[in-house]
Amino acid sequence: MSASRTQVLQLYRNLLRASHEFESYNFREFFLRKTRKDFKQFRGVEDNKKFYKEGLKQLGIIRRQSMISQMYPFEKMVVERVDEKHHEIPEAVEARDERKI
Amino acid sequence: MLPEVATNILKASSIRLFATNAARATSQTAVNRMASVTERKKKPTEEAHINFKNAYRDDSKFGKRPIYLDMQATTPVDPRVLDKMLPFLTGLYGNPHSSTHSYGWETDKEVEKARKNVADVINADPREIIFTSGATECNNTAIKGVARFYGKTKHHIITTQTEHKCVLDSCRHLQDEGFEVTYLPVGTDGLIDLEELEKAIRKDTCLVSVMAVNNEIGVMQPIEEIGRICKKHKVFFHTDCAQAYGKIPLDVNKMNIDLMSISSHKIYGPMGIGALYVRRRPRVRLEPLINGGGQERGLRSGTLAPPLVCGFGEAARLIREEFDDDQAYIGKLSSKLTNSLLSLPYTQFNGSKEHHFAGCVNVSFAYVEGESLLMALKDVALSSGSACTSASLEPSYVLHALGADDALAHSSIRFGIGRFTTEAEIDYVISAIKERVTFLRELSPLYEMVQEGIDLSTIQWAGH
Repeated sequence: MSASRTQVLQLYRNLLRASHEFESYNFREFFLRKTRKDFKQFRGVEDNKKFYKEGLKQLGIIRRQSMISQMYPFEKMVVERVDEKHHEIPEAVEARDERKI
Repeated sequence: MLPEVATNILKASSIRLFATNAARATSQTAVNRMASVTERKKKPTEEAHINFKNAYRDDSKFGKRPIYLDMQATTPVDPRVLDKMLPFLTGLYGNPHSSTHSYGWETDKEVEKARKNVADVINADPREIIFTSGATECNNTAIKGVARFYGKTKHHIITTQTEHKCVLDSCRHLQDEGFEVTYLPVGTDGLIDLEELEKAIRKDTCLVSVMAVNNEIGVMQPIEEIGRICKKHKVFFHTDCAQAYGKIPLDVNKMNIDLMSISSHKIYGPMGIGALYVRRRPRVRLEPLINGGGQERGLRSGTLAPPLVCGFGEAARLIREEFDDDQAYIGKLSSKLTNSLLSLPYTQFNGSKEHHFAGCVNVSFAYVEGESLLMALKDVALSSGSACTSASLEPSYVLHALGADDALAHSSIRFGIGRFTTEAEIDYVISAIKERVTFLRELSPLYEMVQEGIDLSTIQWAGH
């Protein structure tokens, strides 16, 4: 059975949130970029069974690894702001809003 | 008298500080406070060197960790690879060669899956992959192994001048054993001449070793054509693909490759593992460097490391899956970096531009010492050449082989771009390089002379 639109959006939001938890700047940026790209490419495809299953697996990996990344923090990169907190990502907010409608 | 007592108390307190609560007497707390004050006073003197602070931003609001742009030396381990490795370091600890119990079976199954993933990238059979400790061991095994096995009848090896040190050193070692080695020269673009290669092949040639992508200049050799020539003359063809594996399209059957060296830590895998591809049909025979229990078809004895092997396998699977995405992304960043750097005056792109892997950009900045530029670029992790030779101040032998003079070879810097490099980092590096190259050139008397229109090659330098 393929996943509903709500489920896919929920997965998208969770993936973005989990990616955002990475302490490492390069990993965080990579997974955010990858998630956005994967879902953009996938938009409009009917059969999403495999994609959804893969996404759930990916979510597990990112959740575990972002936790590990937080356990071993390093100094911030020279391109990273020390004072910046980005807990609200525009895409995640958008996905959540879309789900409400 | 008093200062001596104070220092004694200070020493004692610093020892006890973390150990016990007994040291928390009021007098000693005061001493501790004193110690921290003196420490704080010391700090600024340590940092008293020339500071390249940005004029256009407040550095105190940004982190301090340098940008990593040395992907040819090694790459960060992908979190997805680490996720694959962790179970083997926690629960799946069986020896993959133990065939009598389930602990052995479960790791063996995973090792074989990893072997298949590694083989799929180059369209090989899993049975043709031999796990080793890294690309250096692969190169040694391949070159020495083939040469020694066929040494009774064949005494000649062909390689190029721009190979990695471990290939050149293995060849030098074989020369001591009585083999003859031809070091093919390369053109100014870093490519070998195919006609020259064909001419160099003799009746007693046993092996041709040419690297696919150069680690310093990123030049791609015409592997397919070389493979065809080797097949025609029935000579074994070994290629060092440490930098090429998973980054350029490779097919061992289409390209007639007999032996291939692969490294895991260049494809976001763990360090300490590599693989050697050895063709089965027609069979390539080697004399093993390491003898023992006969693991890995007897070519590389010793217990496999399942965490490393499975991490390597996962890295290979990912690099195959994301080949197109990575290629497009790295290409985009690379062309941005190259175009911006070459827009500076007196800069030169080293190596061929057409036959070039995008992830490795080597640029020379004339009238600037490469090492001094690296020192000025403390916020970017870069290298002027191979990590193996970065300890010495010798100019790169690769650039020398290209015909570059000492001055140019000394002023070259290599930029490595990978999957985890971001666009913001590239922008930062471009502006940092522009700023500091201009700064260092303003200090340089040579640059001043060039600005005045003096041709440097006409100057008679007086010795003192």
